[in-house]
Amino acid sequence: MAELAIAVTDLSKKYDSGLAVSHTNFQVPLGTICGFVGPNGAGKTTTIRMLLGLISPTGGSGEILGQSISHPDKYLSQVGAMIEGPAFYPALSGAENLKVLATLGGFPIERVDQLLEQVGLAERGKSKYKTYSLGMKQRLGIAAALLPNPKLLILDEPTNGLDPEGIQEIRQLLRKLADEGTTVFVSSHLLSELEIISEYLVMLRKGEVVFAGAMQDLFDAQQPFMLVKTEDASDLAKVISIAESAGHKSHIRDGVAHIEGPAEWAGVLNKLAFDAGILLTQLSPQLPNLEETFFEMTGDQK
Amino acid sequence: MIGSIARVYFAEWRKLRRPTLLLGTIGAVAFFSVLISSLLFLMIDSPNGNGDRGVRITREMLSLSSGATQAFSSIGNLLGIIALCVFAAQTAQEYSLGTLRNLLVRQPGRIRLLVGKLASMKVFALIMTLVSAVITIGVSYVLAGGKDVDTALWFSADGRLEIAKTLLNVFLSTLGFGIIGMVLGILLRSPISSISLGVLWLLIVENIVGAVKSSTLEWLPGSQLATVAVGGTETISYTHALSLSGLYVGIALVIATALFTRRDVAN
Repeated sequence: MAELAIAVTDLSKKYDSGLAVSHTNFQVPLGTICGFVGPNGAGKTTTIRMLLGLISPTGGSGEILGQSISHPDKYLSQVGAMIEGPAFYPALSGAENLKVLATLGGFPIERVDQLLEQVGLAERGKSKYKTYSLGMKQRLGIAAALLPNPKLLILDEPTNGLDPEGIQEIRQLLRKLADEGTTVFVSSHLLSELEIISEYLVMLRKGEVVFAGAMQDLFDAQQPFMLVKTEDASDLAKVISIAESAGHKSHIRDGVAHIEGPAEWAGVLNKLAFDAGILLTQLSPQLPNLEETFFEMTGDQK
Repeated sequence: MIGSIARVYFAEWRKLRRPTLLLGTIGAVAFFSVLISSLLFLMIDSPNGNGDRGVRITREMLSLSSGATQAFSSIGNLLGIIALCVFAAQTAQEYSLGTLRNLLVRQPGRIRLLVGKLASMKVFALIMTLVSAVITIGVSYVLAGGKDVDTALWFSADGRLEIAKTLLNVFLSTLGFGIIGMVLGILLRSPISSISLGVLWLLIVENIVGAVKSSTLEWLPGSQLATVAVGGTETISYTHALSLSGLYVGIALVIATALFTRRDVAN
């Protein structure tokens, strides 16, 4: 087995209100980009906080870069993190904020200017943090996470507030870091982005892992499907009934029927619908994608 | 260990030295220093008194070797309130801004973080004390001539010893108030709540309780710290005030350290 950047076993966190994370098991190999997804409240941020030593697990164990998470001082010098969005001192400039963290971590102060340049904040480095836009704050948070030249980078929603160009830049930056050997563990709601950059995936639902492994394994286990719309919206239920009678799992989401089945079966479905007096206005075969799989596995259907 | 505490200390100074905080605090210290020393000398002949709560401090008293530090020792309480506000705000804002999580990722040793923060704030309190000493003694010296106060003994060997003693006492008092502010910041995790509670307790609760039953002033924490600043009073001895303040501050620090090191950082 490849060397691991993250390995957690039965990791749990219980609050008075219940289990936030329940007996979580997953591993992230070194040098990969791993997406960390789940609906709001699934336990992603709680898990990340436990990995960073900010909160104590109530059960189980974990290792980061081969060191137990009960001794964060042994591995955090090699870990960069941005948790739950950027948090800095509003009255200090972006550069000063980074210098506070560089001084604290014992990193060269010269790195601050390089990082500001790298995340596109060189010209605004001397402006006070409170004058930054959300996107600029996010970039500063990423710069702070990169301060230690990390072996493992943990990012919680790094593309929040960024424009499409900014999202693309971050995607390229993460890809470059991974190519240079940095392991990236990134949570995001932008599933299409994660699908592009991630090789591994950990999916949480209600505090439990529903999938952890290579992204391709996830897709291989999924069925192709087709999206179907009808001229009369009330006919969708009839289409679902036809598909299920033929042994194809299906459901309606956002006014569109999602029917499992290979592309070749689309013609058969069209004929069956026509025979039943239903006119299809859309019949598009799809390959499994992360968004569809996510909704399928987390049961978080809109 | 020492190296990482030193890094926390220097990182904290990057925050403490920002002009709005450092110059703002020094401005407040300078304002009260000038005010207290001016009132002491300009109202020297007032029948309503020229000291705290109508106390009369005569020319003869001001001409003693302790005359130079009379104004400085009376400002101890105000310096303490300023230190409490600054220390409470600086500590609690780490929770309210969410910056504590960044600090703990870069320095996971929570006791080291706390010790480094405390060290930087000690130096901040020392700067406040020194600024106040220079201003109060300077203003007192300038005004003494116009009010026929003899300053011959102020800078004698005894006078210099008085200055050194008062400097130490005011520093200890200011630091004690500051640490209480820091502890409130850790306990309440909100700058507004910790400053409000601290100031409310010291300026209102202790005064009301003390006015109703004066013997309680021998035990109330703010009263002990204020007594340390003036080097003891007729009713509370310096040794009693110093040991009791040390006990209060020590207990508060132990509780705050236990909370800081064990509590989840969930915001």
